[in-house]
Amino acid sequence: MKKKLIVFISVLCLYQMANANTIHSTDSVIVRSGSIQPDADNAGLILPKGFGALIVTSAYGKPRHIAVTPEGYLYVKLAQPFNGNGIYLLKDKNGDGKIDDAIGFGNYGGTGIALKDGYLYASSDENVYRYKLNNQHEVTNPNDPDEIIHGLLNRREHESKSITLDNNGNIYVNIGAYSNACQVQDRVPGSPGMKPCPILDSAGGIWQFKANQMHQTYGDGVRYATGLRNVVGLDWNTQTNSLFVMQHGRDQLHDNWPKLFTVQQSAELPAECMYEIHKGDNAGWPYIYYDQIQHKKILAPEYGGDGKKTAGEDAINPIMAFPGHLAPDGLLFYTGNMFPEKYKHGAFIAFHGSWNRAPLPQEGYYVVFVPFKDGKPTGEWEVFANGFAGKPPITSARNAHRPCGLAQGPDGSLYVTDDNKGAIYRIIYTGK
Amino acid sequence: MIKYLFFVMAIAIVAVAITAFTPAQINDVKASVKRGEKVYTKVCLPCHMADGGGVPNMNPPLIQTSYVLGDKTKLIGIVLHGMNERVPIDGDYYSNNMAPHNDLTDQQIADVLTYVRNSFGNKASAVTPTEVKQARLKKQ
Repeated sequence: MKKKLIVFISVLCLYQMANANTIHSTDSVIVRSGSIQPDADNAGLILPKGFGALIVTSAYGKPRHIAVTPEGYLYVKLAQPFNGNGIYLLKDKNGDGKIDDAIGFGNYGGTGIALKDGYLYASSDENVYRYKLNNQHEVTNPNDPDEIIHGLLNRREHESKSITLDNNGNIYVNIGAYSNACQVQDRVPGSPGMKPCPILDSAGGIWQFKANQMHQTYGDGVRYATGLRNVVGLDWNTQTNSLFVMQHGRDQLHDNWPKLFTVQQSAELPAECMYEIHKGDNAGWPYIYYDQIQHKKILAPEYGGDGKKTAGEDAINPIMAFPGHLAPDGLLFYTGNMFPEKYKHGAFIAFHGSWNRAPLPQEGYYVVFVPFKDGKPTGEWEVFANGFAGKPPITSARNAHRPCGLAQGPDGSLYVTDDNKGAIYRIIYTGK
Repeated sequence: MIKYLFFVMAIAIVAVAITAFTPAQINDVKASVKRGEKVYTKVCLPCHMADGGGVPNMNPPLIQTSYVLGDKTKLIGIVLHGMNERVPIDGDYYSNNMAPHNDLTDQQIADVLTYVRNSFGNKASAVTPTEVKQARLKKQ
């Protein structure tokens, strides 16, 4: 019996090794990932067949966005400094998939982090900094970064300054509107909308700056797109050579306009929208919102709307519309080779999960996938990774893992941060 | 003799106050909590959640925080005037603005705060309509 068991285990091991080698036979970095095993219960995640997940660490504060170097090192930007450090460089030195080495620097909280052409870019809620990298993609000036952008508005609400870069030396920064719907009195029932909305001159849009110029502020940048209430997830699509963003739609249709919207309608509306952005675009906030059920741009109640009147003829249409309040915080176009073909060039979106659906159960604590071909969606969105908030119904955000940042590893792994309980997940394709 | 009568009456009044008034007060608090729950569900729950836990980094929790359990005048002031300042609440910051709720009556504000101070694991004294009335008169 014992002998049989040993033979069985040996065969199993051989099979595992062979499998790892056939899947990952071309690249030395990729071969290494063959030894990485999912956590026993896939770290609590529910994934499509053939995928597995592990938590690489939960020990470094509240990670917002994340970037991965060609060596597989992680840079994470923390919401607030942890042990005095707002950024961590995390390494898995022994190759078991778990983080076993950490270097902290940057004494500021924030959201944005990106790697581009020999530099690490990171944002606080007001400024954007860059750090020079050595040939191992480690920062050389952790205590003395270049301040490339400063003085961006932070009035508490929608304060994250998410960033992404194109291939022409530009950096794109979200400056969220410090308001829900540009009312005279923010979030006050019945308060009318300001017209024109004064917030839009310095927030509620995406600004473009030069990636290599020091000390820029509003006057040095270009308001690349306006009418975007708040964007946290954004990515440069290298196939279309254009910017894609995920807008957080407005809150409180029922709370502020109870005669016009039911609790149920307010929980579902308005859509969280994916937009493809070109220079000069206007997405319509605060004057309109997108209703994903009527498939129309609707005049906001603060500006005389009733839930039916359409408006915003000059505003762009979304590429895709998602249910209300799910809070898309991460966007990534997948270019890796590890996942099956259908995922190539498609979009992963990390939804943070709702709060403004109460008293109805909360939704959207998951990572979604949208298939793309030639820069256009080819099908409906689907939930890719679920289970971050445990079993439904979800009534509270505070005990959930909340997906926030996304990044792709050199082997094609997908990393997902959770900025509530601090987990960093790595999702791999095992084919089993 | 008259003195003696007064004494007896005084004792009787105190006795009545102790035996009858206190349970009535308890009932008042219970009734206030019950009414307050209704106000909470309609006005507060959308942001502070059914369990009073709030939303991390956005809407503060109402569970065992110094704001909820502490100075009543300050707490009443937040309901009356809203909150749009960057202040730490037990070390954490919350980014959403809170609307003023001065359209609620003194009784409604007293009820909802009595409910909050006696729910979600909180145990603190009731808030009375008189206290709300006084807080309204106070300059912000």
